[in-house]
Amino acid sequence: MTNLTDLTVAEIRDGFRAGDFSAREVAEGFNANVAAAKALNAFIVETPEKALAAADAADKAKAVGETLGALAGVPIGMKDLFCTEGVQTTAASHMLEGFVPTYESTVSGKLWAAGAGMLGKLNLDQFAMGSSNETSYFGNVISPWKRGGGDNAALAPGGSSGGSSSAISARLCPAATGTDTGGSIRQPAAFTGISGIKPTYGRCSRWGIVAFASSLDQAGPMARTVRDNALLLEVMAGFDPKDSTSLDLAVPQWEANLSSDLRGKTVGIPKEYRPDGLNAEIAALWDKGIAWLKDAGANVVEVSLPHTKYALPTYYIIAPAEASSNLARYDGVRYGQRDLPDGAGLQDMYAATRAAGFGPEVKRRIMIGTYVLSAGFYDAYYTQAQKVRALIARDFDRAFEQCDLLLTPTAPSAAFTLGEKQADPLAMYLNDVFTVPASLAGLPAMSVPGGLDSQGLPLGLQIIGKALDEQTVLNAGLAIEERAGFVARPDKWW
Amino acid sequence: MSDYRIQGATGEWEVVVGLEVHAQVTSNAKLFSGAATAFGAEPNTQVSLVDAAMPGMLPVPNRECIRQAVRTGMAIDAQINKWSRFDRKNYFYADLPQGYQISQLYHPIVGEGQIEIVLDEKNPDTSTKVIGVERIHVEQDAGKLMHDQHPTSSYVDLNRSGVALMEIVSRPDMRSPAEAGAYLAKLRTILRYVGSCDGNMDQGSMRADVNVSVRKPGGELGTRTETKNVNSVRFVMAVVEREASRQVDVLEAGGKIVQETRLYDPDKNETRSMRSKEDAHDYRYFPDPDLLPLVLDDAFLDECRASLPELPDVKRKRYEQALGLSPYNAATLTADADTARWFETLLTESAAAQKKSESDVAKAAANWLLSDLYGALNRLGKSLEDSPVSPAQAAELLALVADGTLSGSLAKQVFEIMLETGDAPGKIVEEKGLKQTSDTGAIEAAVATVLANNADKVEQYRGGKEALFGFFVGQTMKAMQGKANPQVVNELVKKALAG
Repeated sequence: MTNLTDLTVAEIRDGFRAGDFSAREVAEGFNANVAAAKALNAFIVETPEKALAAADAADKAKAVGETLGALAGVPIGMKDLFCTEGVQTTAASHMLEGFVPTYESTVSGKLWAAGAGMLGKLNLDQFAMGSSNETSYFGNVISPWKRGGGDNAALAPGGSSGGSSSAISARLCPAATGTDTGGSIRQPAAFTGISGIKPTYGRCSRWGIVAFASSLDQAGPMARTVRDNALLLEVMAGFDPKDSTSLDLAVPQWEANLSSDLRGKTVGIPKEYRPDGLNAEIAALWDKGIAWLKDAGANVVEVSLPHTKYALPTYYIIAPAEASSNLARYDGVRYGQRDLPDGAGLQDMYAATRAAGFGPEVKRRIMIGTYVLSAGFYDAYYTQAQKVRALIARDFDRAFEQCDLLLTPTAPSAAFTLGEKQADPLAMYLNDVFTVPASLAGLPAMSVPGGLDSQGLPLGLQIIGKALDEQTVLNAGLAIEERAGFVARPDKWW
Repeated sequence: MSDYRIQGATGEWEVVVGLEVHAQVTSNAKLFSGAATAFGAEPNTQVSLVDAAMPGMLPVPNRECIRQAVRTGMAIDAQINKWSRFDRKNYFYADLPQGYQISQLYHPIVGEGQIEIVLDEKNPDTSTKVIGVERIHVEQDAGKLMHDQHPTSSYVDLNRSGVALMEIVSRPDMRSPAEAGAYLAKLRTILRYVGSCDGNMDQGSMRADVNVSVRKPGGELGTRTETKNVNSVRFVMAVVEREASRQVDVLEAGGKIVQETRLYDPDKNETRSMRSKEDAHDYRYFPDPDLLPLVLDDAFLDECRASLPELPDVKRKRYEQALGLSPYNAATLTADADTARWFETLLTESAAAQKKSESDVAKAAANWLLSDLYGALNRLGKSLEDSPVSPAQAAELLALVADGTLSGSLAKQVFEIMLETGDAPGKIVEEKGLKQTSDTGAIEAAVATVLANNADKVEQYRGGKEALFGFFVGQTMKAMQGKANPQVVNELVKKALAG
């Protein structure tokens, strides 16, 4: 019999509807995998009972012939940045340890309403700040992947959605939610050989997601196939009057319109993404990707995104600026951590609470953000960064006059070892160099696995589309998926 | 008034005043959340997840609050900015759950406007001055700290957290306490007309930050101080006066004015330093990334404009020109939206009751309202809105006077009974028999009796002591129990004395 935990979301959905297996069997299978994978530390909270309850509801609905939700019978993992009613939500911080929301985020609510069940709350970088999942208060997430040749070093699953990427590639869940501010869906997907899409800014409601950088944060799905991403995104997206930046647009039928036929499409290859010293294996994979898209019928042209080199510094001004303000609410007054030393006044309480509640990377970004917004520096940093952000967006607009989508590598390297870049924040930030520009421009972007490097680690390719054109992004992803034939999976060691 | 001068040891000084008025927007819900805004609710009962700044919560602008700010801008003839934006003002305080206030620093919704103040109430048309308004922006109010609930801890009430405020910033155009007071009073009038703020200063719906500096007349602007949260017209005037003379004292003693925030203590009638510019916050203003720029379309602006009522200055001129009221009466009646509304109902009812035009009944109605009704309300310690007499009842009373049923003095009697009982004047006239009589026979008989009983005085009158005429009229009226038509009494007394 098929191992149910090896199935994709679409296969689970269809198999359940066809009566090949019950939703309960699926949930039990994944619950067992979750329980057996403590070594990966992918979950902060496990909720097997939630997964079973949703499965039983799906089985019952099917038995009595009720209309089934789009995700009936499918258990998923929920990044612990989404507020979940009655279930602890921490953003992987000590600050919110023990915080149990009385409300459900819009996106998670849509998933549950569609019949999905929750396997647990997935670990992440603290407040989604990090590229390796080493900033979580609840410990590092370990990638299930190992380098070949007996190298037993623990690898980073990417970040910030590292719990999601690790859990999916280890078959602890068939899919999970992620959030992407500068690459937090795409880079971990690339590191773990799975797919993930950040939709156009405004497609998914941010209501109920612990905020990092409001003008950049977007929720998106992560799964093993492009089809799974398409069908999950259909459930997650949609206008929400509770989020002023939410787009009041109908949600397209991305899954039904999936097609790997790219005839008539033009793919742009941005030359600025091929800097001197680009990892040769990454460059080789990129060339393969170009060949695959040509094979799918697309034209390929070289394009220029001249302001690319300013994207990373721009991002590391805007995102911390917004974060420094967004995280001001964690003050110990109303919820979460409170440190009240004897005889302390209000200011002392703030200082003690925030000193204990935030980890070093969060503090670093709050300080950077506070600095760039402070009197005398605002124009030189924040105003300037906003101008450059507009130029970066204009670069994309101009490129899209020549092409329909862009193909780039997702990350400059394969997964690195835990601890390798921790001492050097700049080296860590450089991991986002290919993913940040699309975030600044609010464009849909996806990572799909393209192959393995010489050490046996997955590498990802990034597809960037025009605003609102997730369909072309997904279609190109599908074309690569079909041609890359990526079937590698980590050997179980945990 | 604009020649208000402070007499210092070194000569005359001029005061320069600007006001920043915070006015709570009249709306059922807060600026960015659906929570209610009623005054006086139990602590923390009007707090949404957004107001408490729970993780992941987002602000959504309340259309009604935006509408009220735009209407207010239109009412002061201001530029309405079709594109505006919200900024975050960042600082930590226990009454500020988000750690920032959402405000509008860089791109306010309303730009330059103006308010005309009257410097001499007797001459509202000629003695005026225009005070510039630099801008109006909308922003969130903070919560409230309560220090008296517990011996060692402070409590926080978030009911006000997120309530919409308009900050209305004047130009430094005022030059005296009276001008500052007149400006605030006029602004309050306009807000109440427009309905964008209830203007209840004692409930904190309106409060002013008073910026004061002094200079030698016509000289360079001096350093200003800002006295925060002054909550009445009287206190604003007191702050200007006290702060100006304090600054003159400091300067004349060779000192310097420090740019600082001050507080007003009404009990001691003095201002005192709260914090100086050196320890001012760096608010790190930046555009709120949770909110898109606010873009107003023409249809919205048209709707706002169409919904504006007749404004006080226009109304006052109409009262003078179309209704023929005195400038003073017109100004008094239009100074408050509720008074004008009451007056106009009275006018409509009066015209209908007397089958005359409004302009024909306006003077009598205005005089009655401003003297009789106001006098009575003052005596009773009541305001117009809880007047025991309704405009319809008042119109009936005025009609009874107009058609001769009641004399002036009878009308006063009936009015007193109306105040006590709340009964309609027609009913009172009927039941108490207070109808005025013009029955010449009865009056002639009464006159005859009066003259017969006072033969000595008749003698004196006929001997040239004409001042006694009033005595005979009074005695006749008394004999008639006040119900005789005074004009008829006059005539008949005159006739009898002549005979």
